[in-house]
Amino acid sequence: MRLGSGTFAACCVVIEVLGVALFLRGFFPAPVCSFSGTEHQTESPAPEPSAGAISNWTKLPPPLFSKVVIMLIDALRDDFVFGSKGVKFMPYTTYLVEKGSSHSFVAEAKPPTVTMPRIKALMTGSLPGFIDVVRNLNSPTLLEDNVITRAKAAGKRIIFYGDETWVKLFPKHFVEYDGTTSFFVSDYTEVDDNVTRHLDKVLKRRDWDVLILHYLGLDHIGHTSGPSSPLIGRKLSEMDSVLMKIHTSLLSEERETLLPNLLVLCGDHGMSEAGGHGASSVEEVNTAMILISSAFERKPGDVRRPKYIQQTDLAATLSIGLGLPIPKSSIGNLIFPVVEGKPMREQLRFLHLNTVQLSKLLQENVPSYKKEPGFEQFKVSERLHGNWVRLYLEENSSEVLSNLGSKVRRQYLDALRALSLSLSRQAAQYDVYSMAVGTVLVLEVLALLLLSGPRALSGKAELDVPLPSPAFSLLCYLLPLGLAALHVTVCTSAGGTCYLCSLPWLTAGGVMVLISTLLCAVLSALTGMFAGGKRLSKNPPQCNSRSSELDLLILLGTVGHTLSLGASSFIEEEPQTWYFLVNTLCLALCHEIYRNCFLGDDCAPQRCPHAGEDFDGVAAAPQGKSPGPDVWELDRASRHPSPLGVLRGPERWMVLASPWLILTCCRLLRSLNQTGVQWAHRPDLGHWLTSPDHKVELSVLAAVSLIMIFVLVQKRCSLASKVAMAFGLLGIYCYRVAIGNLLFPWQQNNKDISKGITEARFVYVFVLGILFTGTKGLLKSQITADDFTVKTVGLWEIYSGLVLLAALLLRPHNLPVLALSLVIQTIMTQFVWRPLRHNAAEVTVMHYWFGQAFFYFQGNSNSIATVDISAGFVGLDAYVEIPAMLLTTFATYTGPVLWASHLVNFLTSEASSGSALSHACFCYALICSIPVSAYIIFVTSLRYHLFIWSVFSPKLLYEGMHLLITAAVCVFFTAMDQTNTKS
Amino acid sequence: MKDTDIKRLLYVHLLCIFSIILSIFIPSFFLENFSVLETHLTWLCICSVSVTAVNLVLYLVVKPNASSKRSSLSYKVTRFLKCCIYFLMSCFAFHVIFVLYGAPLIELALETFLLAVTLSTFTTVPCLCLLGPNFKAWLRVFSRNGVTSIWENSLQITTVSSFLGTWLGAFPIPLDWGRPWQEWPISCTLGATFGYVAGLVTSPLWIYWNRKKLTYKNN
Ligand SMILES: [Zn+2]
Ligand SMILES: [Zn+2]
Repeated sequence: MRLGSGTFAACCVVIEVLGVALFLRGFFPAPVCSFSGTEHQTESPAPEPSAGAISNWTKLPPPLFSKVVIMLIDALRDDFVFGSKGVKFMPYTTYLVEKGSSHSFVAEAKPPTVTMPRIKALMTGSLPGFIDVVRNLNSPTLLEDNVITRAKAAGKRIIFYGDETWVKLFPKHFVEYDGTTSFFVSDYTEVDDNVTRHLDKVLKRRDWDVLILHYLGLDHIGHTSGPSSPLIGRKLSEMDSVLMKIHTSLLSEERETLLPNLLVLCGDHGMSEAGGHGASSVEEVNTAMILISSAFERKPGDVRRPKYIQQTDLAATLSIGLGLPIPKSSIGNLIFPVVEGKPMREQLRFLHLNTVQLSKLLQENVPSYKKEPGFEQFKVSERLHGNWVRLYLEENSSEVLSNLGSKVRRQYLDALRALSLSLSRQAAQYDVYSMAVGTVLVLEVLALLLLSGPRALSGKAELDVPLPSPAFSLLCYLLPLGLAALHVTVCTSAGGTCYLCSLPWLTAGGVMVLISTLLCAVLSALTGMFAGGKRLSKNPPQCNSRSSELDLLILLGTVGHTLSLGASSFIEEEPQTWYFLVNTLCLALCHEIYRNCFLGDDCAPQRCPHAGEDFDGVAAAPQGKSPGPDVWELDRASRHPSPLGVLRGPERWMVLASPWLILTCCRLLRSLNQTGVQWAHRPDLGHWLTSPDHKVELSVLAAVSLIMIFVLVQKRCSLASKVAMAFGLLGIYCYRVAIGNLLFPWQQNNKDISKGITEARFVYVFVLGILFTGTKGLLKSQITADDFTVKTVGLWEIYSGLVLLAALLLRPHNLPVLALSLVIQTIMTQFVWRPLRHNAAEVTVMHYWFGQAFFYFQGNSNSIATVDISAGFVGLDAYVEIPAMLLTTFATYTGPVLWASHLVNFLTSEASSGSALSHACFCYALICSIPVSAYIIFVTSLRYHLFIWSVFSPKLLYEGMHLLITAAVCVFFTAMDQTNTKS
Repeated sequence: MKDTDIKRLLYVHLLCIFSIILSIFIPSFFLENFSVLETHLTWLCICSVSVTAVNLVLYLVVKPNASSKRSSLSYKVTRFLKCCIYFLMSCFAFHVIFVLYGAPLIELALETFLLAVTLSTFTTVPCLCLLGPNFKAWLRVFSRNGVTSIWENSLQITTVSSFLGTWLGAFPIPLDWGRPWQEWPISCTLGATFGYVAGLVTSPLWIYWNRKKLTYKNN
């Protein structure tokens, strides 16, 4: 049985996706949570321990505060309040911190420091897993036990003004709300005015218990101009006056009620020096938290530095303060100073409730909970507490009571700290078994790809499916049995924490069978290699010296890039790696072109016995073992001598200038979006263009880019799609005008900003139309065989449909990226690949490199923060999960996808050899799998690295997504290849 | 090809290396606070001047390509001027390439240019000395099977290793170690220097090693 190498590669990548998915499932641990479901209302609170005596305290303690106002300022870094900026711009807050009745803290936010996970942490007290960041894109309702749900169940009336995320998390919880959107990051006044304008009215009213305000302005200023911008000071003063307004109003009201009120000022995360957030630098992690209430006693003249607490501690404290049960998955401690002024019995009661909740959570999540130090301390303090209560009820002398009481209190506080420490450690445990199985799958696929490389890239592009010998097949039958036995052993000993063990038996068995099949395939390929190697050594390889510099560069680049993934700073600066490689590639091409032009083809296929054998040695020796497809030379014999020597006139000049043109384009694109970490804060063209003062320039640039796109794309389309393309591009401009990014020439200032639904849908119609025409053409070429032009036109139409979609989704300042990518593709096709006759493997690798570079040119980086979520909202009224996810993915991976589809176009239109597409597919699969497989190993070995969450995990997600895209591309390639062979 | 040729090549290369070493140590006697890292630009100037001077002197003394037919004064002057223009052009070309590679366009322009000058000294000056202002000859030497003497062969090796050194020197820049030599363009100039020196050392050895296999068309 024979298999095309394209099909083979596509299958391999699909299996690899499975492996990576399994690895990801094991790598991102499921968050610590309570399994006892949502029927929490029925459960009664833990009674006070009383050691025989009968205590009447079996119900929840009454609330400590009558009203609670939570004022959350997005990205409120600790030094904005406690540092010099706070002293300068927030005088009232500083006064409260230093002299007023308040407790101030530096609350540490755990990474990922992104708004939604932080809100969850504040309200549930749990640590949302890293995977929640990805779910941040679609903000589902918060189902976990949390303070808001508890408060609503207890009949509290909650009012919310601010970031829409809250409304998405708690859709039915607020009696009144007004969500502001964080969609337009450049707006930092109106988002906050929309919150503040309700304040006067609400503060006068008495019909609410909890008021939550979420101010986004500070965060938006950070994103647009960084933490040292003068706008920050103005925003802080504004926030200070809001705080003063709320505080005075609460104070004046307090005189009429019995209970005091509580005002909480906090931030969700900090702000890095570049102005963003999401990672784990000190600036991003440390936020300010101030609790203000007249209940807090303050001795005069006692100056305190803000203490360090965890952000998760707020949930437990709020629950106690409002007289609610503590959320079940909360791992936080009660912030003790809040209850310090209460009588000893109440203090102990609160601490007891908190420890009981934490120890329950520990019991549910840690099988060996009895050995945990926190649990032992809890048991001891509970017993002591019981004794204390008995003494108290027996009315012993107050001296003994208070001494014993403070001892119990200390015990409780220690227990709390130990419990939440072991719980937060639990949240970061890896499921090593699933990880290992995933890694094995991926590595086997990689080995298979590498081993079958020489044959898959040979002229026929076909592979034998080996039929193993009987002894060998016996081994292959025994392997799954052995693996199944291993699986059972691992699962029984690990005790249900693995994902694989929780799968049904059939699925797990399927995975085992897959692993053993792959292993057998690898082994048989290896034996085939040795058998074939003996045959090969008899007829030595031909001298294929033509462009081995280029091949060497490709090999070095692939190996170098793969190795660079092991270092965190190289991952952060991966854009630089790709720019560097692409530039070097251009220079190598330049060298090749000049040599060809001025000296003629100096490497006709002849034996070349001297000079430069070092290169040949590298290229010929490690057949099949070295990564990189460069070692397989093909289609070389058909080369005519001196392809460039015959060129004359302007075309010759264009050929000579083309590498420099491409280099200039790349340099321009590079200065459009600064990415990475070290240089991300540098001023770039993108920021200059998006600032509101330069709307005219941006409009001109966008218009020019759209026209360029049209000119470059239309020449190979049919008439109908030409017209559709023109209308589509016009629609894109209208859409950007409608949402306020661009201007029409006759329009000085646009007043009304809409969501541009109509315009965007207008463009979608044309995108679908063009894609449909293209598919129709392809199908037609299937039926009416050997109609070659119909097929190429159809493919090009699909490509142009994708270009149109990308133009719609990319931000307007990124339109030049699209236009220049088309320019580079045209130049490369016309003046480099076609005249120099590179083989399919080289062209594929070049496409891949350019695709990667364009991924970063459009402003992406290896941190989650740069994903442009707004692409998922184009043309949609509300968030619809599946289209939004598809659109965001496409917008993020525009570069790689467009270059891959250009590759299909190029190879089909050249049609030099029938096997080019399958070669390309194989190369593409191989060159994508090498970094992924290496990265999985790196990540596994670095899983306790300091930057694992902030640097390595986001990159892992990016790699996984990239592999998924690659799988889609390979399947598309194979489909095209099938139609090719049939026609 | 004789062993004496290789010996001569080795001595010439050792002199070049010596000039670089001198450029590191001699100036500290005359200049205060001189060090390669802190007063990097000064060192770059001194290094390129000394390497150029040594190359010129050696070229005049050794005369590796004896086949200069005409030797009228005007011919020599135009040739020299042409060489100067070629050298300047190569400096600017390298500067442009560095900017294309991502060096800042406006700030640090002097640093970038001095890197270009240094790299030109290591690569263009020997080329000019040996091959003269003849672009086609250059291309010939730097393509496969184009070399016609051990001098050209060693030129090929030193030039390629200087380029490679500069190229590799750019790698540590993104690392967050915060070392002084990670600043632009210090790591690249150091890379270029190390590459050049490595080329100077390895090329006679390599030629000696392969002297049986090397056959030149014109020898
Ligand atoms: Zn935020
Ligand atoms: Zn933000």
